[in-house]
Amino acid sequence: MANPPFRRPEGRPAPAPGLLRRIDAFARLAFPGVSTAVLMVLAAAPVSLPSPVLAAALPCVAFWTVFRPAAMSPPVTFALGLLMDLLTMAPLGAGVLVLLAVHAAALRLRRFLARQSFLAVWLAFCVAAVGAAALYWALQALLALRLPPIAPAMHGAMLAAGLYPLIALVLTRIHEAMRIAENTP
Amino acid sequence: MIRLSIPLRQALARLSLPLMIAAAFGVMLLGKADALLAERLRSHLADALSPIYAALAEPMSAVRGAVEEVQALAQLREENAALREENDRLRRWHSAALALESENEMLRRQLSFLPEAAPAFVTARVVADGGGTYARAVLLATGPQHAIRKGQVALDDRGFVGRVTEVGSRSARVLLATDMNSRIPVTLESSRARALMVGSNAARPRLSQWPEGVMPVDGERVVTSAEAGAFPAGLPVGVVRLSDHGAPEVELFARLDRLDAVRLFDYGLRGILPPEAVARPEPRQGRR
Repeated sequence: MANPPFRRPEGRPAPAPGLLRRIDAFARLAFPGVSTAVLMVLAAAPVSLPSPVLAAALPCVAFWTVFRPAAMSPPVTFALGLLMDLLTMAPLGAGVLVLLAVHAAALRLRRFLARQSFLAVWLAFCVAAVGAAALYWALQALLALRLPPIAPAMHGAMLAAGLYPLIALVLTRIHEAMRIAENTP
Repeated sequence: MIRLSIPLRQALARLSLPLMIAAAFGVMLLGKADALLAERLRSHLADALSPIYAALAEPMSAVRGAVEEVQALAQLREENAALREENDRLRRWHSAALALESENEMLRRQLSFLPEAAPAFVTARVVADGGGTYARAVLLATGPQHAIRKGQVALDDRGFVGRVTEVGSRSARVLLATDMNSRIPVTLESSRARALMVGSNAARPRLSQWPEGVMPVDGERVVTSAEAGAFPAGLPVGVVRLSDHGAPEVELFARLDRLDAVRLFDYGLRGILPPEAVARPEPRQGRR
Protein backbone atom coordinates (compact mmCIF):
# COMPACT_ATOMS: atom_id res chain seq x y z
CA MET A 1 0.00 0.00 0.00
CA ALA A 2 1.20 3.51 -0.71
CA ASN A 3 2.60 5.66 2.04
CA PRO A 4 0.90 8.97 2.64
CA PRO A 5 2.78 11.65 0.70
CA PHE A 6 3.67 13.75 3.72
CA ARG A 7 5.69 11.02 5.43
CA ARG A 8 9.35 10.48 4.86
CA PRO A 9 9.84 7.17 3.02
CA GLU A 10 12.69 5.96 5.27
CA GLY A 11 10.86 6.65 8.50
CA ARG A 12 8.67 4.30 10.55
CA PRO A 13 5.71 3.15 8.50
CA ALA A 14 3.25 3.46 11.38
CA PRO A 15 2.55 6.62 13.33
CA ALA A 16 3.79 6.85 16.89
CA PRO A 17 1.69 4.41 18.89
CA GLY A 18 -0.99 6.12 20.90
CA LEU A 19 -2.66 4.56 23.90
CA LEU A 20 -5.60 3.13 21.92
CA ARG A 21 -3.31 1.67 19.31
CA ARG A 22 -1.12 0.13 21.95
CA ILE A 23 -4.14 -1.41 23.67
CA ASP A 24 -5.28 -2.69 20.30
CA ALA A 25 -1.92 -4.29 19.59
CA PHE A 26 -1.76 -5.78 23.05
CA ALA A 27 -5.26 -7.21 22.66
CA ARG A 28 -4.24 -8.85 19.42
CA LEU A 29 -1.11 -10.19 21.05
CA ALA A 30 -2.95 -11.52 24.06
CA PHE A 31 -6.00 -12.86 22.28
CA PRO A 32 -4.64 -16.32 21.32
CA GLY A 33 -3.43 -17.16 24.80
CA VAL A 34 -6.43 -15.76 26.62
CA SER A 35 -8.99 -17.32 24.27
CA THR A 36 -7.25 -20.68 24.57
CA ALA A 37 -7.26 -20.41 28.35
CA VAL A 38 -10.96 -19.53 28.38
CA LEU A 39 -11.74 -22.43 26.09
CA MET A 40 -9.81 -24.78 28.34
CA VAL A 41 -11.62 -23.52 31.41
CA LEU A 42 -14.94 -24.03 29.63
CA ALA A 43 -13.85 -27.50 28.55
CA ALA A 44 -13.01 -28.36 32.14
CA ALA A 45 -16.59 -27.60 33.19
CA PRO A 46 -18.18 -30.73 34.53
CA VAL A 47 -19.85 -32.33 31.54
CA SER A 48 -19.72 -35.96 30.60
CA LEU A 49 -17.02 -35.78 27.94
CA PRO A 50 -13.76 -37.69 28.14
CA SER A 51 -10.70 -35.48 28.76
CA PRO A 52 -11.83 -32.47 26.72
CA VAL A 53 -9.25 -30.07 28.17
CA LEU A 54 -6.36 -31.55 26.19
CA ALA A 55 -8.65 -31.77 23.16
CA ALA A 56 -9.50 -28.07 23.48
CA ALA A 57 -5.93 -26.94 24.12
CA LEU A 58 -4.15 -28.86 21.35
CA PRO A 59 -5.94 -27.35 18.30
CA CYS A 60 -5.63 -23.80 19.64
CA VAL A 61 -1.93 -24.13 20.44
CA ALA A 62 -1.17 -25.77 17.11
CA PHE A 63 -3.20 -23.25 15.11
CA TRP A 64 -1.78 -20.15 16.73
CA THR A 65 1.76 -21.52 16.62
CA VAL A 66 1.50 -22.11 12.89
CA PHE A 67 -0.29 -18.91 11.96
CA ARG A 68 0.67 -16.40 14.66
CA PRO A 69 3.79 -17.60 16.48
CA ALA A 70 4.49 -14.20 17.96
CA ALA A 71 1.32 -14.40 20.05
CA MET A 72 1.68 -18.09 20.95
CA SER A 73 5.19 -17.83 22.32
CA PRO A 74 6.84 -20.50 24.49
CA PRO A 75 6.04 -18.67 27.75
CA VAL A 76 2.36 -18.47 26.78
CA THR A 77 2.42 -22.17 25.90
CA PHE A 78 4.06 -22.88 29.22
CA ALA A 79 1.35 -20.99 31.08
CA LEU A 80 -1.38 -22.80 29.15
CA GLY A 81 0.25 -26.13 29.95
CA LEU A 82 0.38 -25.24 33.62
CA LEU A 83 -3.30 -24.27 33.49
CA MET A 84 -4.09 -27.60 31.84
CA ASP A 85 -2.25 -29.52 34.53
CA LEU A 86 -4.10 -27.63 37.21
CA LEU A 87 -7.49 -28.08 35.53
CA THR A 88 -7.01 -31.80 35.11
CA MET A 89 -5.77 -34.23 37.69
CA ALA A 90 -2.60 -34.97 35.74
CA PRO A 91 0.75 -34.78 37.53
CA LEU A 92 2.23 -31.30 37.40
CA GLY A 93 4.43 -30.68 34.36
CA ALA A 94 3.07 -33.37 32.04
CA GLY A 95 0.68 -31.04 30.19
CA VAL A 96 3.34 -28.31 30.06
CA LEU A 97 5.78 -30.60 28.30
CA VAL A 98 3.14 -31.94 25.90
CA LEU A 99 1.99 -28.49 24.83
CA LEU A 100 5.59 -27.31 24.49
CA ALA A 101 6.37 -30.35 22.32
CA VAL A 102 3.40 -29.62 20.08
CA HIS A 103 4.45 -25.98 19.99
CA ALA A 104 8.01 -26.87 19.05
CA ALA A 105 6.90 -29.29 16.33
CA ALA A 106 4.47 -26.75 14.87
CA LEU A 107 7.14 -24.05 15.02
CA ARG A 108 9.61 -26.24 13.17
CA LEU A 109 7.08 -27.09 10.46
CA ARG A 110 5.20 -23.82 10.25
CA ARG A 111 6.79 -22.52 7.07
CA PHE A 112 5.89 -25.78 5.38
CA LEU A 113 2.42 -26.07 6.93
CA ALA A 114 1.30 -22.49 6.28
CA ARG A 115 1.53 -23.14 2.55
CA GLN A 116 -0.41 -26.42 2.60
CA SER A 117 -4.12 -26.91 2.10
CA PHE A 118 -6.44 -27.18 5.07
CA LEU A 119 -6.76 -30.93 4.67
CA ALA A 120 -3.01 -31.47 4.83
CA VAL A 121 -2.75 -29.31 7.95
CA TRP A 122 -5.56 -31.28 9.51
CA LEU A 123 -3.86 -34.58 8.73
CA ALA A 124 -0.61 -33.31 10.20
CA PHE A 125 -2.52 -32.16 13.25
CA CYS A 126 -4.13 -35.60 13.64
CA VAL A 127 -0.70 -37.22 13.70
CA ALA A 128 0.50 -34.61 16.17
CA ALA A 129 -2.57 -35.13 18.37
CA VAL A 130 -2.03 -38.88 18.56
CA GLY A 131 1.64 -38.29 19.34
CA ALA A 132 0.79 -35.69 21.96
CA ALA A 133 -1.78 -37.96 23.60
CA ALA A 134 0.71 -40.81 23.67
CA LEU A 135 3.37 -38.53 25.18
CA TYR A 136 0.85 -37.24 27.73
CA TRP A 137 -0.06 -40.80 28.69
CA ALA A 138 3.58 -41.84 28.93
CA LEU A 139 4.43 -38.83 31.09
CA GLN A 140 1.50 -39.54 33.39
CA ALA A 141 2.61 -43.15 33.72
CA LEU A 142 6.19 -42.07 34.40
CA LEU A 143 5.33 -39.36 36.91
CA ALA A 144 2.69 -41.34 38.80
CA LEU A 145 4.67 -44.60 38.54
CA ARG A 146 1.62 -46.59 37.54
CA LEU A 147 -0.07 -47.38 34.22
CA PRO A 148 -3.19 -45.26 33.65
CA PRO A 149 -5.72 -46.65 31.16
CA ILE A 150 -4.79 -45.67 27.62
CA ALA A 151 -8.37 -45.33 26.38
CA PRO A 152 -9.00 -41.80 27.76
CA ALA A 153 -5.78 -40.52 26.16
CA MET A 154 -6.82 -41.92 22.78
CA HIS A 155 -10.32 -40.49 23.22
CA GLY A 156 -8.69 -37.14 23.88
CA ALA A 157 -6.60 -37.42 20.71
CA MET A 158 -9.62 -38.35 18.62
CA LEU A 159 -11.67 -35.57 20.14
CA ALA A 160 -8.88 -33.09 19.42
CA ALA A 161 -8.66 -34.29 15.82
CA GLY A 162 -12.42 -33.96 15.46
CA LEU A 163 -12.53 -30.53 17.10
CA TYR A 164 -9.70 -29.11 14.99
CA PRO A 165 -11.76 -28.19 11.88
CA LEU A 166 -14.38 -26.49 14.03
CA ILE A 167 -11.84 -24.50 16.04
CA ALA A 168 -9.70 -23.78 12.98
CA LEU A 169 -12.72 -22.45 11.11
CA VAL A 170 -13.46 -19.91 13.81
CA LEU A 171 -9.81 -19.06 14.44
CA THR A 172 -9.13 -18.58 10.72
CA ARG A 173 -11.87 -15.97 10.58
CA ILE A 174 -10.43 -14.20 13.60
CA HIS A 175 -6.90 -14.44 12.22
CA GLU A 176 -8.01 -12.91 8.92
CA ALA A 177 -9.79 -10.11 10.72
CA MET A 178 -6.71 -9.41 12.80
CA ARG A 179 -4.48 -9.37 9.74
CA ILE A 180 -6.76 -6.92 8.01
CA ALA A 181 -6.80 -4.74 11.12
CA GLU A 182 -3.01 -4.84 11.29
CA ASN A 183 -2.50 -3.99 7.63
CA THR A 184 -4.74 -0.95 7.60
CA PRO A 185 -2.86 1.97 9.11
CA MET B 1 7.68 -1.96 27.26
CA ILE B 2 11.35 -2.48 27.93
CA ARG B 3 13.44 -1.57 24.96
CA LEU B 4 15.97 -4.26 24.12
CA SER B 5 18.56 -4.30 21.38
CA ILE B 6 17.54 -6.37 18.41
CA PRO B 7 20.28 -9.08 18.71
CA LEU B 8 19.45 -9.54 22.38
CA ARG B 9 15.79 -9.87 21.60
CA GLN B 10 16.50 -12.43 18.90
CA ALA B 11 18.71 -14.39 21.24
CA LEU B 12 15.99 -14.34 23.87
CA ALA B 13 13.41 -15.53 21.35
CA ARG B 14 15.65 -18.35 20.27
CA LEU B 15 16.41 -19.29 23.86
CA SER B 16 12.89 -19.13 25.20
CA LEU B 17 11.74 -22.55 23.89
CA PRO B 18 14.63 -24.53 25.41
CA LEU B 19 14.30 -22.47 28.56
CA MET B 20 10.61 -23.25 28.79
CA ILE B 21 11.18 -26.95 28.20
CA ALA B 22 13.77 -26.92 30.97
CA ALA B 23 11.22 -25.11 33.12
CA ALA B 24 8.68 -27.83 32.34
CA PHE B 25 11.07 -30.43 33.69
CA GLY B 26 11.63 -28.17 36.67
CA VAL B 27 7.88 -28.04 37.27
CA MET B 28 7.75 -31.82 37.05
CA LEU B 29 10.48 -32.13 39.65
CA LEU B 30 8.74 -29.56 41.82
CA GLY B 31 5.47 -31.47 41.53
CA LYS B 32 7.21 -34.69 42.50
CA ALA B 33 9.13 -33.07 45.35
CA ASP B 34 6.16 -31.29 46.89
CA ALA B 35 3.02 -33.31 46.25
CA LEU B 36 0.88 -30.92 48.24
CA LEU B 37 1.85 -27.96 46.07
CA ALA B 38 -0.23 -29.16 43.13
CA GLU B 39 -3.21 -29.77 45.40
CA ARG B 40 -2.94 -26.30 46.89
CA LEU B 41 -2.65 -24.66 43.48
CA ARG B 42 -5.57 -26.72 42.18
CA SER B 43 -7.79 -25.71 45.05
CA HIS B 44 -6.87 -22.04 44.57
CA LEU B 45 -7.68 -22.30 40.86
CA ALA B 46 -10.94 -24.09 41.59
CA ASP B 47 -11.87 -21.35 44.05
CA ALA B 48 -11.19 -18.74 41.40
CA LEU B 49 -13.09 -20.60 38.70
CA SER B 50 -16.08 -21.70 40.71
CA PRO B 51 -18.16 -18.55 39.95
CA ILE B 52 -17.70 -19.24 36.23
CA TYR B 53 -18.78 -22.83 36.62
CA ALA B 54 -21.70 -21.78 38.81
CA ALA B 55 -22.84 -19.40 36.07
CA LEU B 56 -22.39 -22.16 33.49
CA ALA B 57 -24.28 -24.71 35.52
CA GLU B 58 -27.63 -23.05 34.89
CA PRO B 59 -27.71 -23.20 31.06
CA MET B 60 -25.96 -26.55 31.08
CA SER B 61 -28.53 -28.09 33.34
CA ALA B 62 -31.21 -26.67 31.06
CA VAL B 63 -29.59 -28.35 28.06
CA ARG B 64 -29.20 -31.58 29.97
CA GLY B 65 -32.82 -31.38 31.05
CA ALA B 66 -33.93 -30.93 27.44
CA VAL B 67 -31.87 -33.92 26.33
CA GLU B 68 -33.28 -36.01 29.13
CA GLU B 69 -36.75 -34.86 28.22
CA VAL B 70 -36.26 -36.09 24.65
CA GLN B 71 -34.88 -39.39 25.88
CA ALA B 72 -37.78 -39.73 28.29
CA LEU B 73 -40.20 -39.12 25.43
CA ALA B 74 -38.62 -41.90 23.40
CA GLN B 75 -38.75 -44.18 26.41
CA LEU B 76 -42.34 -43.20 26.95
CA ARG B 77 -43.22 -44.42 23.49
CA GLU B 78 -41.63 -47.81 24.09
CA GLU B 79 -43.18 -48.04 27.50
CA ASN B 80 -46.53 -47.15 26.09
CA ALA B 81 -46.34 -49.92 23.52
CA ALA B 82 -45.24 -52.40 26.16
CA LEU B 83 -48.02 -51.30 28.47
CA ARG B 84 -50.63 -51.59 25.76
CA GLU B 85 -49.47 -55.10 24.99
CA GLU B 86 -49.49 -55.98 28.67
CA ASN B 87 -52.91 -54.43 29.04
CA ASP B 88 -54.25 -56.67 26.27
CA ARG B 89 -52.75 -59.69 27.93
CA LEU B 90 -54.11 -58.71 31.31
CA ARG B 91 -57.55 -58.12 29.86
CA ARG B 92 -57.51 -61.63 28.47
CA TRP B 93 -56.52 -62.92 31.90
CA HIS B 94 -59.17 -60.78 33.49
CA SER B 95 -61.85 -62.34 31.37
CA ALA B 96 -60.42 -65.78 32.06
CA ALA B 97 -60.48 -65.01 35.77
CA LEU B 98 -64.07 -63.81 35.60
CA ALA B 99 -65.08 -66.97 33.78
CA LEU B 100 -63.24 -69.13 36.28
CA GLU B 101 -64.76 -67.23 39.17
CA SER B 102 -68.28 -67.76 37.93
CA GLU B 103 -67.54 -71.39 37.22
CA ASN B 104 -66.07 -71.76 40.69
CA GLU B 105 -69.14 -70.11 42.16
CA MET B 106 -71.37 -72.51 40.33
CA LEU B 107 -69.38 -75.57 41.38
CA ARG B 108 -69.32 -74.43 44.99
CA ARG B 109 -73.06 -74.02 45.00
CA GLN B 110 -73.40 -77.57 43.77
CA LEU B 111 -70.94 -78.94 46.33
CA SER B 112 -72.16 -77.00 49.35
CA PHE B 113 -68.54 -76.00 49.90
CA LEU B 114 -67.66 -74.64 53.32
CA PRO B 115 -66.09 -71.19 52.70
CA GLU B 116 -62.94 -70.17 54.53
CA ALA B 117 -63.21 -67.27 56.90
CA ALA B 118 -61.22 -64.24 55.84
CA PRO B 119 -58.16 -64.20 58.08
CA ALA B 120 -57.61 -61.36 60.49
CA PHE B 121 -54.35 -59.50 60.20
CA VAL B 122 -52.47 -56.62 61.71
CA THR B 123 -49.83 -54.59 59.95
CA ALA B 124 -46.67 -53.84 61.85
CA ARG B 125 -43.70 -51.66 61.04
CA VAL B 126 -40.27 -53.22 60.71
CA VAL B 127 -37.96 -51.34 63.04
CA ALA B 128 -34.73 -53.33 62.96
CA ASP B 129 -33.00 -55.96 60.92
CA GLY B 130 -31.08 -58.79 62.46
CA GLY B 131 -30.21 -59.07 66.08
CA GLY B 132 -31.32 -61.81 68.35
CA THR B 133 -30.51 -65.45 67.89
CA TYR B 134 -31.09 -65.60 64.18
CA ALA B 135 -29.03 -64.29 61.31
CA ARG B 136 -32.04 -63.37 59.19
CA ALA B 137 -34.78 -61.93 61.34
CA VAL B 138 -36.56 -58.61 61.67
CA LEU B 139 -37.97 -56.86 64.69
CA LEU B 140 -41.48 -55.43 64.45
CA ALA B 141 -42.92 -52.65 66.54
CA THR B 142 -46.29 -53.77 67.83
CA GLY B 143 -48.55 -52.55 70.54
CA PRO B 144 -49.89 -54.31 73.57
CA GLN B 145 -53.37 -54.01 72.11
CA HIS B 146 -52.49 -56.41 69.33
CA ALA B 147 -52.69 -60.01 70.22
CA ILE B 148 -49.57 -61.19 68.41
CA ARG B 149 -48.76 -64.76 69.00
CA LYS B 150 -45.93 -67.09 68.09
CA GLY B 151 -46.42 -68.95 64.86
CA GLN B 152 -48.31 -66.19 63.09
CA VAL B 153 -47.54 -65.85 59.41
CA ALA B 154 -45.87 -62.68 58.14
CA LEU B 155 -46.45 -61.50 54.57
CA ASP B 156 -45.42 -58.32 52.84
CA ASP B 157 -47.33 -56.86 49.89
CA ARG B 158 -45.91 -59.50 47.55
CA GLY B 159 -45.64 -62.74 49.41
CA PHE B 160 -44.42 -64.86 52.24
CA VAL B 161 -41.87 -63.30 54.59
CA GLY B 162 -41.57 -65.56 57.59
CA ARG B 163 -43.00 -66.57 60.90
CA VAL B 164 -43.26 -64.88 64.27
CA THR B 165 -40.86 -66.54 66.67
CA GLU B 166 -40.66 -64.25 69.65
CA VAL B 167 -43.29 -61.95 71.08
CA GLY B 168 -42.76 -59.20 73.58
CA SER B 169 -45.27 -56.71 74.86
CA ARG B 170 -44.29 -54.06 72.30
CA SER B 171 -42.28 -55.97 69.76
CA ALA B 172 -42.22 -59.19 67.88
CA ARG B 173 -39.44 -60.96 66.03
CA VAL B 174 -40.09 -62.55 62.67
CA LEU B 175 -37.79 -65.32 61.49
CA LEU B 176 -37.35 -64.73 57.77
CA ALA B 177 -37.65 -67.55 55.28
CA THR B 178 -34.00 -67.07 54.32
CA ASP B 179 -32.62 -67.85 57.76
CA MET B 180 -30.70 -71.07 58.23
CA ASN B 181 -33.19 -72.22 60.83
CA SER B 182 -36.24 -71.70 58.65
CA ARG B 183 -38.04 -74.77 57.29
CA ILE B 184 -41.22 -74.02 55.39
CA PRO B 185 -43.46 -76.73 53.95
CA VAL B 186 -44.29 -75.71 50.41
CA THR B 187 -46.16 -77.01 47.39
CA LEU B 188 -44.82 -76.77 43.85
CA GLU B 189 -47.80 -75.36 42.12
CA SER B 190 -47.78 -77.10 38.76
CA SER B 191 -46.75 -80.58 39.91
CA ARG B 192 -48.60 -80.30 43.28
CA ALA B 193 -45.56 -81.95 44.84
CA ARG B 194 -44.77 -81.17 48.46
CA ALA B 195 -41.29 -80.03 49.37
CA LEU B 196 -39.41 -78.27 52.13
CA MET B 197 -37.97 -74.80 51.67
CA VAL B 198 -34.75 -74.63 53.66
CA GLY B 199 -33.14 -71.29 54.41
CA SER B 200 -29.38 -70.96 54.02
CA ASN B 201 -28.78 -67.35 55.16
CA ALA B 202 -28.38 -66.52 51.46
CA ALA B 203 -30.91 -64.57 49.40
CA ARG B 204 -32.55 -67.69 47.98
CA PRO B 205 -33.61 -70.58 50.18
CA ARG B 206 -33.07 -74.06 48.80
CA LEU B 207 -35.70 -76.66 48.07
CA SER B 208 -35.30 -80.09 49.52
CA GLN B 209 -37.23 -83.25 50.25
CA TRP B 210 -39.33 -83.23 47.12
CA PRO B 211 -40.84 -86.61 46.26
CA GLU B 212 -39.14 -89.01 43.93
CA GLY B 213 -40.06 -88.72 40.28
CA VAL B 214 -40.76 -85.01 40.45
CA MET B 215 -38.16 -82.41 39.62
CA PRO B 216 -38.77 -78.75 40.44
CA VAL B 217 -38.86 -76.88 37.14
CA ASP B 218 -37.29 -73.47 36.66
CA GLY B 219 -40.00 -70.82 36.82
CA GLU B 220 -42.51 -72.95 38.70
CA ARG B 221 -44.51 -71.09 41.34
CA VAL B 222 -44.07 -72.13 44.93
CA VAL B 223 -46.86 -71.70 47.48
CA THR B 224 -47.15 -72.72 51.11
CA SER B 225 -48.57 -76.07 51.96
CA ALA B 226 -50.90 -76.88 54.80
CA GLU B 227 -48.79 -79.87 55.73
CA ALA B 228 -48.17 -80.10 59.48
CA GLY B 229 -50.81 -77.49 60.12
CA ALA B 230 -48.35 -74.62 60.43
CA PHE B 231 -49.43 -72.57 57.45
CA PRO B 232 -52.56 -72.27 55.38
CA ALA B 233 -52.22 -73.68 51.90
CA GLY B 234 -51.66 -71.48 48.92
CA LEU B 235 -49.84 -68.41 50.26
CA PRO B 236 -47.55 -67.13 47.49
CA VAL B 237 -43.91 -67.79 48.32
CA GLY B 238 -41.80 -67.50 45.20
CA VAL B 239 -40.58 -68.99 41.98
CA VAL B 240 -38.23 -71.94 41.49
CA ARG B 241 -34.84 -70.97 40.10
CA LEU B 242 -32.06 -73.42 39.36
CA SER B 243 -28.73 -72.33 40.83
CA ASP B 244 -25.44 -72.48 38.95
CA HIS B 245 -24.92 -76.02 40.17
CA GLY B 246 -28.42 -77.05 39.15
CA ALA B 247 -29.81 -77.12 42.66
CA PRO B 248 -33.37 -75.82 42.85
CA GLU B 249 -33.75 -72.63 44.87
CA VAL B 250 -36.69 -70.35 45.53
CA GLU B 251 -36.63 -66.75 44.44
CA LEU B 252 -38.97 -65.18 46.96
CA PHE B 253 -41.68 -62.78 45.90
CA ALA B 254 -41.20 -60.81 49.09
CA ARG B 255 -38.42 -58.28 49.10
CA LEU B 256 -36.74 -59.31 52.30
CA ASP B 257 -33.88 -56.87 51.92
CA ARG B 258 -36.18 -53.86 52.01
CA LEU B 259 -39.01 -54.67 54.35
CA ASP B 260 -40.73 -51.69 55.89
CA ALA B 261 -44.03 -53.14 57.02
CA VAL B 262 -45.37 -56.66 57.17
CA ARG B 263 -48.83 -58.06 57.72
CA LEU B 264 -49.18 -60.64 60.45
CA PHE B 265 -51.98 -63.07 59.69
CA ASP B 266 -53.66 -65.11 62.31
CA TYR B 267 -55.01 -68.23 60.71
CA GLY B 268 -55.66 -69.82 64.04
CA LEU B 269 -53.32 -72.66 63.26
CA ARG B 270 -51.65 -74.38 66.18
CA GLY B 271 -49.64 -76.86 64.17
CA ILE B 272 -46.28 -75.87 65.56
CA LEU B 273 -45.99 -76.03 69.27
CA PRO B 274 -44.11 -73.22 70.94
CA PRO B 275 -40.98 -74.50 72.61
CA GLU B 276 -42.23 -73.92 76.12
CA ALA B 277 -45.31 -76.03 75.44
CA VAL B 278 -43.25 -79.07 74.50
CA ALA B 279 -43.64 -81.47 77.37
CA ARG B 280 -40.34 -82.22 78.98
CA PRO B 281 -40.06 -85.63 80.61
CA GLU B 282 -40.69 -84.84 84.22
CA PRO B 283 -38.53 -86.42 86.83
CA ARG B 284 -40.35 -89.29 88.35
CA GLN B 285 -41.47 -88.81 91.85
CA GLY B 286 -41.96 -91.20 94.62
CA ARG B 287 -39.42 -93.68 93.40
CA ARG B 288 -35.73 -93.72 93.34
